[in-house]
Amino acid sequence: MTETTFDHAHGDPNRLRGMQDVVAAHEGPAPKRIVTGYGFWIFLLSDIVMFSCFFAAYAVLLGNTAGGPKGSELFDLRNVAVETGCLLLSSFTCGMASIAAKARNRLYFQLAMAVTCVLGLAFLAIEGREFAALVMRGDGPSRSAFLSAFFTLVGCHGLHVSAGILWLLTMMAQVFAKGFRADIERRFLCFALFWHALDIIWVAVFSVVYLLGSAS
Amino acid sequence: MSDQGFEWHRRSDLAPGDQEQRGVGLKLIGYLTGLGLAVILTATSFFVASTDLVWEPSIPVAIIVLAIAQMGVHLVFFLHITTGPDNTNNVLALAFGLLIVFLVIAGSLWIMANLNHNMLPMDQIMRMQR
Repeated sequence: MTETTFDHAHGDPNRLRGMQDVVAAHEGPAPKRIVTGYGFWIFLLSDIVMFSCFFAAYAVLLGNTAGGPKGSELFDLRNVAVETGCLLLSSFTCGMASIAAKARNRLYFQLAMAVTCVLGLAFLAIEGREFAALVMRGDGPSRSAFLSAFFTLVGCHGLHVSAGILWLLTMMAQVFAKGFRADIERRFLCFALFWHALDIIWVAVFSVVYLLGSAS
Repeated sequence: MSDQGFEWHRRSDLAPGDQEQRGVGLKLIGYLTGLGLAVILTATSFFVASTDLVWEPSIPVAIIVLAIAQMGVHLVFFLHITTGPDNTNNVLALAFGLLIVFLVIAGSLWIMANLNHNMLPMDQIMRMQR
């Protein structure tokens, strides 16, 4: 035992009875909340890496239209603006839901989640209508390499949003049935991260696919 | 006792998406700031894409810069990834992810552009196959 620890132990004998000193001396493992959030963050980053592969494929195949239509002939920017507004607002209301969860307010939580769900469904409906119109006109994913890449990239994001909405509904049900238990809160933290990350990917999609596509 | 230990950890580490202990009002202001900035950036990039006022060759660069700025806004105000010492793990993971994203996209574009450049024109390939 060194001089300092000896001094410390005799400096204030009462403090040794409390746990604070022990905790301060040994951090121990991080709480589950930190570990869960960090693990999910790693998953999200791997998801973003997967999307970057689709983006790379899209950028490479951008010019290979096989005589078919180019992006600027297909995209309706007003549609995209509405979609963007829906997703952006839903990201905000998801933030409102996490504030309500911190404040343990069930009513506001369910309200914010319901608005998030409606906005997400509106986004999916607009995107579905756009896809259906493209396929009806014969510009489906089998028309050209460019359209295959377009449908893969944007459709993959749409699938993520659909999965997110399913997850959102189960979160609403879990909070309704079990309240803000610690494990439910961890799940909600992961859900909020997922939803915000989807919005980040959509920023890349509307900039690279729609805006750059219609500008060129 | 365990509560105190928990509090101590709360001050030392943050999960991504976590905020430091703040009041509801401050949190709300944070999200509202994020929303406002995101709306401004989105509106600007849609405006730039559809207007004739901007010098044309600069439009793609402007759109990409605005998109990166907006992703930053989302990261800071919605996902709460900051550069504070309690966020080091999250930022390091993010930096690694960005490195991979950059390598995948830039590498693919570079290699495929090079291959396209070195490939014979299509009609010449057809002639050689005959």
